[in-house]
Amino acid sequence: MDTPVNKKKLSLKEKYSYLTRDLAWEPSYQKKEDLFPYATYEGIKVHDWEKWEDPFRLTMDAYWKYQAEKERKFYAIIDAFAQNNGHLKITDARYLSALKIFLQAISPGEYAAHKGFARAGREFPGVGPQVACQMQAIDEIRHAQTQIHAMSNYNKFYSGFHAFADQRDRIWYTSVARSFFDDAMSAGPFEFMIAIGFSFEYVLTNLLFVPFMSGAAYNGDMSTVTFGFSAQSDEARHMTLGLECIKFMLEQDPANVEIVQKWIDKWFWRGFRVLGLVSTMMDYMLPKRVMSWREAWDIYGEENGGALFNDLARYGIRPPKGWKDAGEAVDHMSHQFMLALYQWNFGTAFHSWIPSDEDMDWLSKKYPDTFDKYYRPRWEHIKKMDEAGTPFNNFGLAKLCQTCQLPTVFSEPGDPSSLCHRETEYKGETYQFCSDHCCDIFKEEPEKFIQAWLPMPALFQAPLNGDLEAWMEWACLENGSDNGDFKGSHDQVSFQKWREMTTSN
Amino acid sequence: MSTVFIAFQTNEETRPVIEAIELDNPSATVHQEPAMVKIDAPDELVIRRETIEDQIGREYDLQELQVNLITMSGHLTEDEDTFTLSWK
Amino acid sequence: MQIDLRTVSIEPVRKTFDHLARRFGDKPASRYQEGSYDIQAAENLHYRPTWDPDQELYDPNLSRIRMKDWYDLKDPRQFYYSTYTLARSRQQENMEANFAFVEARGLQDMLADELKETALSLLVPLRHAAWGANQNNTLVCGYGFGVVFTQPCMYHAMDNLGISQYLSRIGLLLGGTDALGKGKDIWINDPAWQSLRRYVEDSMVIRDPFEVFVLQNVVLDGLLYPIVYERLVDTYLASQGGQAVAMLTQFMTNWFTESKKWTTGVLKVAAAESPENAQVLADWINHWSDRAVSALLPIVNSVVDERVDELVSEELDAFRARIVKTGIPL
Repeated sequence: MDTPVNKKKLSLKEKYSYLTRDLAWEPSYQKKEDLFPYATYEGIKVHDWEKWEDPFRLTMDAYWKYQAEKERKFYAIIDAFAQNNGHLKITDARYLSALKIFLQAISPGEYAAHKGFARAGREFPGVGPQVACQMQAIDEIRHAQTQIHAMSNYNKFYSGFHAFADQRDRIWYTSVARSFFDDAMSAGPFEFMIAIGFSFEYVLTNLLFVPFMSGAAYNGDMSTVTFGFSAQSDEARHMTLGLECIKFMLEQDPANVEIVQKWIDKWFWRGFRVLGLVSTMMDYMLPKRVMSWREAWDIYGEENGGALFNDLARYGIRPPKGWKDAGEAVDHMSHQFMLALYQWNFGTAFHSWIPSDEDMDWLSKKYPDTFDKYYRPRWEHIKKMDEAGTPFNNFGLAKLCQTCQLPTVFSEPGDPSSLCHRETEYKGETYQFCSDHCCDIFKEEPEKFIQAWLPMPALFQAPLNGDLEAWMEWACLENGSDNGDFKGSHDQVSFQKWREMTTSN
Repeated sequence: MSTVFIAFQTNEETRPVIEAIELDNPSATVHQEPAMVKIDAPDELVIRRETIEDQIGREYDLQELQVNLITMSGHLTEDEDTFTLSWK
Repeated sequence: MQIDLRTVSIEPVRKTFDHLARRFGDKPASRYQEGSYDIQAAENLHYRPTWDPDQELYDPNLSRIRMKDWYDLKDPRQFYYSTYTLARSRQQENMEANFAFVEARGLQDMLADELKETALSLLVPLRHAAWGANQNNTLVCGYGFGVVFTQPCMYHAMDNLGISQYLSRIGLLLGGTDALGKGKDIWINDPAWQSLRRYVEDSMVIRDPFEVFVLQNVVLDGLLYPIVYERLVDTYLASQGGQAVAMLTQFMTNWFTESKKWTTGVLKVAAAESPENAQVLADWINHWSDRAVSALLPIVNSVVDERVDELVSEELDAFRARIVKTGIPL
């Protein structure tokens, strides 16, 4: 007869533990620190990797099964979208500006996250976090690809999508997101987890995906809704990983708290600045709006972030340093940034426009304390100039923040009528910043941030020497088609023409 | 008190899940938004496998939730029978 | 409002993205091309890594292999996330059916004790080797250059994890959690397994991504999979009444056949790039295959008693013939 086999039913947790962390062993032919050389230099102390709690307990067979189900749904929808001229069902071609920014600035970030999580998935000395990071690495390349695939069809009919790969590296506003991800990837594995796993995924992606994707649904863009929500379904796993990772660091050693706090301060603000782009998408670029940037912030920033920082208080963590300033800036940032984008729209691979009266009424309703007082007058002025045949363009050099790479167009906290501008000297050079927080981030790591590639100054140096046309060619920007006002653009004209073809006989 | 939440895509697969959540969490509030359903609850929200199975009349694996999940907030604890979000 | 659209034919304004038109001509691109080519940042990288300031954030010079264009190293399977996941989900369904078939009929209990022990002590320790493979492929993905070369390594890493999980499940099914403990003990302490463990640990300190690709996917897997799964499990164990075991390792056999196309394709292109590349590859393959063979011999010996050297040398010859065909002068 057979040897009796011990086959008590394992719980989900036990089984997962056998199928992941039990795979590793203590090496004896090589030193552990040689297998995982980057695990300690950041100063995070880990005493027991076994204390790691797995966020989601997905084994590979279940992963393949559920992800395949998501993929089948996604591609069925975008195939149908392409076959049925789905692009003509969107509310209005203005909406496409938001998608162009997404493809140029955010999708490359998905790829960077893929690469960064592959590195983290190899560098952590515990199997629990390794496997969780690897799963995120493969998810992130999924997101980059589903986004490119969803927007591929728009590229066939509209301007501004065609050179996203070149513009990722060359055009000025994409370097806001690029520098964010480069900053995270050039950090060690623990800081990377705070940057992407925690700040970006847990605190900020809700703001990027959830209200914006609801907006896409509202504007008839089923292709974007599908990639957005499909990506978010992975994001729920990623958020859980981010939160687990931060708890793990805080519980492992009290000395970790100070380091983690510094990273939270830094990455909250870095992320908040990247969301500047998203705020304009929400408030200005959706022809039909779901909620304002302020309303989204209240739910997903203030309330959700607040709950989280309340919870982390037991470890001695306080809300990020920029938290209060961020809450105040939310009433201004989309307006200030959209005004900037409009006046530099000769240099953007998407269109912007002067908000209609109806748009402005919506904005004053959503921003009762700020829009009419500070921003409506500026838009009215720009509108007058436009009507007089002298459209407002600013060909001057914008000062870019050395840290976040946004133009320094934001106001002083507490004084919306003045421009906030900081500078500091390091090794005889002067560096410019948009805010105290960005300046502080620089001062913590000056050797890193002096390396930043600043796209605007590059325009004025050799070989371009301020030649705008040469710059456009280098940035793969088709002048007169990709850029400028929406009014009279190829996108506007074609969309109208095609829509008429399909709705009339 | 802090709010936990979970959001799903609006479709036929999530309808019984949301009904089950409402049954198990009387203090939860359900918000219908474009293409998505978001459920808020004070401090804790529990999803029970059994209640979902009662709704759909077949066996259900809680990991199936992930196919239509959009977002969530709170600490997650997960076993064969329950999927719990909480702030505590 | 639902707008009822008349179906009309609208002429597209352009056929594809600029970077794909430059590579492949002005025609509609495949989803593999869209999802793989040039999606990695290529210039104006902002900061150097704090973990090694001598490196660039994406650095082709981490390897001794040199390519004018790393995007030449395409995956003949053209796997991007979707095609990869769908392929694996079909295989996973098959494997689920195989496990269910074995379990429902209690086939695991019908195996002779000795055969069961042999299967367990061969397969369960290998789950640790598969985890090493997972680590190595994750490293190649993380530090390798060019998406078409690195993305399949991430898929491969997840496959390695999946394989280690199938091996663990075989252990659990045939011998419960005790079997996993015994397998780990063999992996760590059994003299017959130490050369293999040493191979894996030594491989994990190598930081040249292409060398790691070669020592893991080309050499170790290129010898281990045919020897263990084709010769020992599918042939030897099956002939002794262990067909049920072969059902439970079907994924590994099919997976190796499929992924050989990819690894061979990559070698061919890298070797054809320059004689220097071909020479580096030859040196790596000679060095690591010597080690792999001596690591596998005692393991084979613990399963079969006769013609061990012959079995291993046949597989080594087949392996070398395959490599030589790719243009690498062994």
